[in-house]
Amino acid sequence: MGKDLNINVHHLTRVEGHGNIVVNMKEGKLEKARLEIVEAPRFFEAMLKGRSFQEAHFITSRICGICSLGHQITSLKATENALGLDVSEQTILLRKLLIHGATIQSNILHAYFLAVPDFLGEGSVFPLITSHKDVVVRALRMKKCANDIGDIISGRAVHPITLVPGGFTRIPTVEELEGLKKRLLEQMIPDALDTVETVIALAESVPNFNRDTEYISLQNDYEYALYDGDIFSSDTGRSPDTKYLSMTNEFIVPHSTSKHAKHHRDSLMVGALARWNNNHSQMHTVAQEAGQKMGLTTPCTNPYMNTIAQVAEVIHCTVDTIDIIDKLISNGLKDERPNQAPTKYGTGIGATEVPRGILYHEYTYNQQGQIEKANCIIPTGQNLGNIDDDMVKLVPEIIHEPKEKIILNLEMLVRAYDPCISCSVHMLEVDFIE
Amino acid sequence: MKPKVAVFDFTGCEGCELNKLNFEDELLALLEHIDIVEWREAMDDKADHYTVAIVEGSISTPECVERIHDIRNRSDILIALGACAVQGGMNAMKNQYSLEHVREEVYGCEKDRFPTLPALPLSRYVRVDYEVRGCPMTKNEFLHILTSILMGKNPITPSHPVCVECKLNENECVYEKGMICLGPVTRGGCDSLCTNFGQYCTGCRGLVDKPDINAMIQILNKHGLSINEAKKKLELFNYEQHIN
Repeated sequence: MGKDLNINVHHLTRVEGHGNIVVNMKEGKLEKARLEIVEAPRFFEAMLKGRSFQEAHFITSRICGICSLGHQITSLKATENALGLDVSEQTILLRKLLIHGATIQSNILHAYFLAVPDFLGEGSVFPLITSHKDVVVRALRMKKCANDIGDIISGRAVHPITLVPGGFTRIPTVEELEGLKKRLLEQMIPDALDTVETVIALAESVPNFNRDTEYISLQNDYEYALYDGDIFSSDTGRSPDTKYLSMTNEFIVPHSTSKHAKHHRDSLMVGALARWNNNHSQMHTVAQEAGQKMGLTTPCTNPYMNTIAQVAEVIHCTVDTIDIIDKLISNGLKDERPNQAPTKYGTGIGATEVPRGILYHEYTYNQQGQIEKANCIIPTGQNLGNIDDDMVKLVPEIIHEPKEKIILNLEMLVRAYDPCISCSVHMLEVDFIE
Repeated sequence: MKPKVAVFDFTGCEGCELNKLNFEDELLALLEHIDIVEWREAMDDKADHYTVAIVEGSISTPECVERIHDIRNRSDILIALGACAVQGGMNAMKNQYSLEHVREEVYGCEKDRFPTLPALPLSRYVRVDYEVRGCPMTKNEFLHILTSILMGKNPITPSHPVCVECKLNENECVYEKGMICLGPVTRGGCDSLCTNFGQYCTGCRGLVDKPDINAMIQILNKHGLSINEAKKKLELFNYEQHIN
């Protein structure tokens, strides 16, 4: 006993953005175990000040390339809410398609390219091109198909083009949607089911670690909530999205350029595992069954299983994309113009489930439709406290392992959250009223 | 031996890097001709020397300055990737305020913990051999430049405005639709993707050589923007090109 341990993983690889893992144990006593966030701040507030409502989503998209679609949709919802802009059912359905495409793409990227190398004892996906070529080719095929949803409906998957307040600048054609549906049926669904088998084969390598926490996600009565819903806590139940500040309670910690969050306990978790725990019964049956086959319990308190919950979501989102395409086509595609005539100027909130958890945007507009005040709370920021608390529980449990194994388990833990550090630092919270 | 390629990110959204992982059709073929030796976002390995360094993001902190010089010293060829690296991009909009003001606004009394410099393109600090433009970077331009380097050829990148490509795509002029557009002064090479999808050109690929900014501002003014709004539109991706 009385072990000393010093770990400092500088600029952790295979995550988005810059973070360090720091652990100090002296004579068996844990002094420090945490994720330090060292990303360079970008000062987005300077970019938004005085900008028109037509540009807000376009600028906040650039907070993060990986989450650009999520930022755009959340930003548009906040703007439409603030300006009283109604959108059509067709607009909402097209946005839901885009969220599904972005979720599938992001979850596949994380599971196959960032997380799986750990399970196979490799430092990146590149050696797998030789050793597991069929798996890599499948992953690329799935990513491509998911990105094509974005390319067809929004012009491109990174920093989409066609989304604007009140609607879209271009509506896809029936032929484009039918082509997508065909590929989803013939290619994506078999590939997604094969992915489940791959995960089951690797499931033994998922570290056995459990820590119950407060799981927070959106929730509504009619579907597995991604586009909208109330804020649901596994501890305290539902609240409207207007209560988002009291559900996050951001605070500054000295070891991070990103703020932390808490609600009912010292830390909380958002993302695919929180959504699974809170809303799994609303997933398509095939996705629920796949989740259970891959070892997801209800609830599941092992944070490493977040990646597995992402794979279950790939199946749900694929099936739901097909359903939405059917609905759009049977409704008849209409060449609608975006509704950009504000009926008021005030404050509005948008809350969306993006791959890493709930994203909140809030804007206040002046009478000229220019941004006066902006706030944006990022999923990764909400998870940071939970990651630290996991580490504090995990390190003593695995302290008998060799140092390399401890480091690997800590790196895998952080990666399981699929953190988006760029986003978490590039949040904005500032009052422009002078 | 295959050329050693490395990917680095500075201040930016990492969307250009992500776009590279989005070459689903070309990635495996490309990897037959290069060795990726360092790429923090995708792999653990590190290397000492690079045939080609691909660099995303702007230079905005003292640490960035040190790192970009170090990377340049260890690279034969350096490619600036995307608007932030090529012309400063959206990051550069913060340069209109004093650094003190910007830090105070975001971090209040904690401001001294976060050293910052004006956000500038790579070329203000080091020699840049090739530029891949766009926000996000244009995939085909990236592939063209990289494959040209591999084949020992000079890549050809356009200096004509976006309007040329928009006309070839037979789009109705954006101004005819009652909107404004920066196509006339923005460098082409994107196949006018935004206007193909019903949007206007926002200038993400930077200005053409010798743009007539005054004429552009007058056109924007004629189509309903104040002079100040017109300048703000132009500055969105091109603040460091000194619109004023």
